[in-house]
Amino acid sequence: MKFIAREGRDRGDVKLYALSTCVWCGKVKKLLADLGVKHEFIDVDELSGKQQTAIREQLDAIDPDWRFPCVVIDGGRRCICGYKEKDIREALGL
Amino acid sequence: MSEQDRPGGDITEEQVEALVARLHKQTQAGGYYLNPDEEFTRILVRSLMKNQARYGYQACPCRLAAGEKLEDLDIICPCDYRDADLERYGACYCALYVSAAAARGERTVSSIPERRPRARQDRPQFKQPAATEQAAVPALPYPVWRCRVCGYLCAREEPPGVCPVCKAKKDRFERFM
Ligand code: SF4
Repeated sequence: MKFIAREGRDRGDVKLYALSTCVWCGKVKKLLADLGVKHEFIDVDELSGKQQTAIREQLDAIDPDWRFPCVVIDGGRRCICGYKEKDIREALGL
Repeated sequence: MSEQDRPGGDITEEQVEALVARLHKQTQAGGYYLNPDEEFTRILVRSLMKNQARYGYQACPCRLAAGEKLEDLDIICPCDYRDADLERYGACYCALYVSAAAARGERTVSSIPERRPRARQDRPQFKQPAATEQAAVPALPYPVWRCRVCGYLCAREEPPGVCPVCKAKKDRFERFM
């Protein structure tokens, strides 16, 4: 399972679970890039079925109502689903 | 546009434009509207084409498809949830389709909650009608079929190949009465 790393300001462990085909996911990718925050992202639809299941189980444990795009901060301290610019900025203290 | 914003890199802009034009025509005839943000709509249409190529059907771009048609039947575009979301939020989950007000620019669209049931057995293609719902149906000369996408009803031996209102395919119909 390969997350793609993006360098930037360290605001904790920031992971974005996304789909390659989803515009809202694209907007969150762009937002994180524009904010210049260090993060990792993964396009879950590009993974094999087994890897997708593993990711689904991870997310289920963090937030049973998760959906894409899903930003997980510090292993689940915060979990923001959907393109919610204000919440993402606020969670990152930006 | 970076690679990140362009799903389905091998699909040409002309192919995307052609499908956008076809969808515009189809949807307007049925009283539906595509998102007036052309860039936004083009990315989603490209995504639909990418899903068509890899799954064999146009699975919703903003949901994780299982890759099996029956599992994904409720999220083949237009999905079973579109009309309720248009009504409630002025846009479908992906915001490919918007309400008339949003199409005129009188209402902005945003990322909305997910309406698709989490539990597989609660999804429309698997849900068993309650026993009481099946009772007391009068004898009819023809069965009545309902389009799960838009609610269109027709009384005939078989559902139509394509819904005349929303263009959903035959497999999106259910026996209504
Ligand atoms: S109608 Fe909208 S939410 Fe439903 S499948 Fe199509 S793009 Fe996705």
